[in-house]
Amino acid sequence: MDSEVTPVHTEITLVVNGTEHRLRVDTRASLLDTLREDLGLTGSKKGCDHGQCGACTVLLDGRRANACLALAVAHDGAEVVTVEGLARDGRLSPLQEAFIEQDGFQCGYCTPGQLCSATAVLDEADRGWPSAVTGDLSADPVLDDDEIRERMSGNLCRCGAYMGIVRAVREAARKTETEEARA
Amino acid sequence: MRPFVYERATSADEALRLHEDGAFYLGGGTNLVDLMRLGVEEPARLVDVSRLPNGEIELRPDGSLLIGAAVSNSDLAADRTVRESHPMLAQAVLAGASGQIRNLATVGGNLLQRTRCSYFQDADKPCNKRNPGSGCPAREGEHHNLAILGHSEACVATHPSDMAVALAALDATVHVQGRDGERTTPLRELHRLPGNEPQRDTVLDPGDLITAVEVPPLDIPSRYRKVRERASFAFALVSIAAALDVEGGTVRDVRIALGGVAHKPWRALRAEEALRGAPAIGEEFQRAAEAELDLAEPLRDNAYKVPLARNLIVRTLTELGEQS
Repeated sequence: MDSEVTPVHTEITLVVNGTEHRLRVDTRASLLDTLREDLGLTGSKKGCDHGQCGACTVLLDGRRANACLALAVAHDGAEVVTVEGLARDGRLSPLQEAFIEQDGFQCGYCTPGQLCSATAVLDEADRGWPSAVTGDLSADPVLDDDEIRERMSGNLCRCGAYMGIVRAVREAARKTETEEARA
Repeated sequence: MRPFVYERATSADEALRLHEDGAFYLGGGTNLVDLMRLGVEEPARLVDVSRLPNGEIELRPDGSLLIGAAVSNSDLAADRTVRESHPMLAQAVLAGASGQIRNLATVGGNLLQRTRCSYFQDADKPCNKRNPGSGCPAREGEHHNLAILGHSEACVATHPSDMAVALAALDATVHVQGRDGERTTPLRELHRLPGNEPQRDTVLDPGDLITAVEVPPLDIPSRYRKVRERASFAFALVSIAAALDVEGGTVRDVRIALGGVAHKPWRALRAEEALRGAPAIGEEFQRAAEAELDLAEPLRDNAYKVPLARNLIVRTLTELGEQS
């Protein structure tokens, strides 16, 4: 084999959904391919493989990211949560339940990415992160429908379940707020 | 994708040491990894600079900001200080990409991202930027979203960054570490017009590493506005970063930079000059916008950008004048 096309491998550690994995990866491998091919976690989907559709969205060190644009080797030591890790003790997260209740999907292909993305949207809003439609940057944003649409714009749905997705995120945000108020 | 060696640098000195011919620095990878997958870039070695100790935003006593090159786009836009002191900068960053991409993308990488001209991104097509001397199909082909200002026979590409447009209006400077040590470059001089060398996006030399961006204080109303083909997650057709200071009905200070119109963030110096000392009224904003856009040389399918840019300037200045 020509030395120019000899793959380069390296060892990395990933903590995925709470479990530590020691892996030998090709430096070219995306985090997405590593999750799907090496770890068998096929929940994260390959839509466009260019960061444009969001089907591959995972939580990377607590933040949503396109796993297709992340090189696995560059995230050695990272903690990753995929759609398989959103449920706790066999119970769906409030957001997952809201997607079911509000018809937030049809074919389901984009749903794992939508769920991971929306999980982060709730967290980002909680931390007071603004968005492009936030009028007053000095105030804490309120997750109204315009804010949800803008914040979820990195996730495409070819079935057009957007109405249900917006309702689901709105409902989950409301439930989370109610729970926080009770606590 | 061509195989490559991956190295992670822990300091700027180490990054420069690890950088050799055929190497690329890797930040968040949101553009570079995609270009590698498309076969547009084929680095033999990646030097990961995303974990260098320059991931902080510092507000200095004089009100200026020092933003580390490894700061993520998300952290920059969410920073309370930046939102209060330089709202135009936070707005510009939030106008770009998606929430997922902004989490990965770094400040340094945002500045050095490549054009999204469809010919540049298609390794099977001629492109003077990707393959010098091969020609520019965009001049006669698909160019509705490409440059109207400062383009050349060789290249009509635009720079895609929103953040860089705000930084151009803010007179930011870029801290660069190179083979001969550290230096600073005004952001407005970092990116080039294409001329006969469209393969060079910036004035940086091979191995140069952007370590930080310094932003002078801003104490006048400012805003960033972007027009695109869908409501979110799209590159600008035209965008504007503007700041305006009005006193007694007269323009005391004004900054205008345009995005989506040229190979670099386009600082509208002609318009600014026409406005300084002029009455802060719509007719003057219009006159100033036209003075700038007299320089425009639209292509067959992008002449719509001229009135779009003009209207964007007039509307944004009018709004800022009401706040001033």
